[in-house]
Amino acid sequence: MNAKQTVQITAISAILLGIAIALHISGWHDARQLILIVSTLLAGTPIAIKAFKAIRMKSFSIELLVTIAVIGALFIGEYVESAAVTFLFLFGAMLEIRTMEKTRSSLKALTDLTPLEARVMRDGETLTIPVDNVKLGDRVIIRSGEKVPVDGQILSGSANLNEAAITGESVPASKTLEDQVFSGTIVDQGYIEVHAERVGDDTTFARIIELVEEAQETKSKTEKFLERFANIYTPSIVVLSILVYLFTRNIEMTLTFLVIACPGALVISAPVSIVAGIGNGARNGVLIKGGEVMEQLAKIDTVVFDKTGTLTRGRPEVTDIHVIGMEKEELLRLTAEAEMISEHHLGQTIVREAKKRTIHLANQPKDTEVIKGNGILATIDGKRLAIGNRKLMEAQAIPIHTEIESYAAKREKEGNTAIFVSISREIAGIISIADNIRPEAADAIAKLRKNGIKQLIMLTGDNRYTAKLVGEQLGLDAVYSELFPEDKVAAVQRLKEQGHRVAMAGDGINDAPAIATADIGLSMGEGGTDIAMETADIVLMADRLDQFSHAYALAKTTVRNMKQNTFFAVVTVMLLLLGVLLGKVFLASGMLVHEVSVLLVILNAIRLIRYTSDKPLKQNKREVITDESKVAL
Amino acid sequence: MKKAVFLMEPFSCPSCVKKIENALAGTNGVQQVKVLFHSDKVRVQFDDAVVTASELQELVEKLGYPVLSQKVV
Repeated sequence: MNAKQTVQITAISAILLGIAIALHISGWHDARQLILIVSTLLAGTPIAIKAFKAIRMKSFSIELLVTIAVIGALFIGEYVESAAVTFLFLFGAMLEIRTMEKTRSSLKALTDLTPLEARVMRDGETLTIPVDNVKLGDRVIIRSGEKVPVDGQILSGSANLNEAAITGESVPASKTLEDQVFSGTIVDQGYIEVHAERVGDDTTFARIIELVEEAQETKSKTEKFLERFANIYTPSIVVLSILVYLFTRNIEMTLTFLVIACPGALVISAPVSIVAGIGNGARNGVLIKGGEVMEQLAKIDTVVFDKTGTLTRGRPEVTDIHVIGMEKEELLRLTAEAEMISEHHLGQTIVREAKKRTIHLANQPKDTEVIKGNGILATIDGKRLAIGNRKLMEAQAIPIHTEIESYAAKREKEGNTAIFVSISREIAGIISIADNIRPEAADAIAKLRKNGIKQLIMLTGDNRYTAKLVGEQLGLDAVYSELFPEDKVAAVQRLKEQGHRVAMAGDGINDAPAIATADIGLSMGEGGTDIAMETADIVLMADRLDQFSHAYALAKTTVRNMKQNTFFAVVTVMLLLLGVLLGKVFLASGMLVHEVSVLLVILNAIRLIRYTSDKPLKQNKREVITDESKVAL
Repeated sequence: MKKAVFLMEPFSCPSCVKKIENALAGTNGVQQVKVLFHSDKVRVQFDDAVVTASELQELVEKLGYPVLSQKVV
């Protein structure tokens, strides 16, 4: 039976109930009874079929209990009860599916971004084909407003791309020649041609969806417990209801007891919260791999960070250009032209900066000489340049004036590497280069602390001086420097032995052993490298630390939400059963309260979808809910 | 070896999951079955020399679960 038929049957039985009420008012008693029986049978059949199917699978189901109760009600002539119960049950199940869908809406919103069509260039012709038919190596064309259908490198053109599907970041990223673009992202403005490097299910986007889907299936400890509980609970309720009958000899009360005891809200109370929580994470660029990870994350009290690439951007950048008697752009151009020959990463950083500022590098350096560990010498445009550290300047007998020296020292104290540039034996400027701390790091760390993290520690292979500086700037509790990967593992191990629950955040590749050792491993997604996505428990897709603080707050809220739901479901069932035994709750009214409690549990979980860690959820929900259940009684 | 993904009508009970899993796993040529309850999907890895995706879809539908769409990779 499909969803459409269920809706139809529910609608018909609602109409029949309406007719029965009309007949009751106008006093047609026999006709009323007949209509009620028809309604019961109509709505009861699909329930009975489901119950039967479940029995064949050797599992007790709520449908079975309802079927027994309805047959019993028909037997003792309680047609109003039987008709009302079957209708309420079908209607409730329908609403349940509808609202359940909502808890999955975050993932649905993501999958809806899946590209369907692609425009490719083959043999000089432009074809529009289904995305499944795109082959590796195809030249794919994407215009403004269109979705990127593959992962690949830009061959020509440039565009602003909305990469929210991959990173959760909605501010468009500007991309051009040789930049990597991802399937599922949208060209906001521009035109690009892309070389298809990963297609179909191999794209980062498809793998994210697959990982999230799998994460929602992996059960948390609470879920596993609840399932085991339900397996014992249902048969024991059957036994209990027999006892109720033996004591009271009241068949109606026994049947009511049987139906009301159904653990409907209890069984879904944990999974709905987890599914909604994981969905929220995915939409905000955090992959949380399952309910168990969610529960573990909520318990973390110590966070260990790697420095390079995690707290810092992981690649040096030019932070300042200080010039003496010439234009900044001019100095950068000359230096970059000379550094074109350099293989040193600082030299390459200068060249990258010049390209970023679209400075045209036309001149070939002549008479170049690389002085290892110190710098380079080159002639550009007839000018003799020496670029490097103090030692190079000394070796070339180039004087450094006091004010230049004090400027350089100041920059170095702030964590930069100062590079001296001299032209024709005179200092022309200083270029400062540093691996900057991520702009959001300080905020994210403050938030983690506010949400209950007790210790924040940095482990790094970098030198003591830089490490200390980063630690001080971010206000970390401890900094350990000059470590090898195995030292990091040992440090995490030690923290665990001291009884801390440790999360380790690293860049996914060289930190993999430490990430695996920690209770929870986080890695930066770096636009979706395989290792990062597969080894870690949590992946930050946009490499942003505020995603981590969001994930932590989200995990705490999700676990709290799950506990509220479970508590509420247990209290409701207990109060109802008490009501039944005291003769205050009857089959139809009990069923109504039961269905309402299921819906409330789902609605509570839906709040998680819109959860933002900036505005904490109100915590008085628990009291409100228990009050409602009392009112409903 | 092929992989089929069936998109299903929204599942309503976790017991359906078991049922579909058991039925497919017991079919000749099926290597691996995964029913994704929360995303309403059934993923099957199968040997296309022994059984076809359409036959598998038929089997799932016979159990009483309508398939909305089918994707074979």
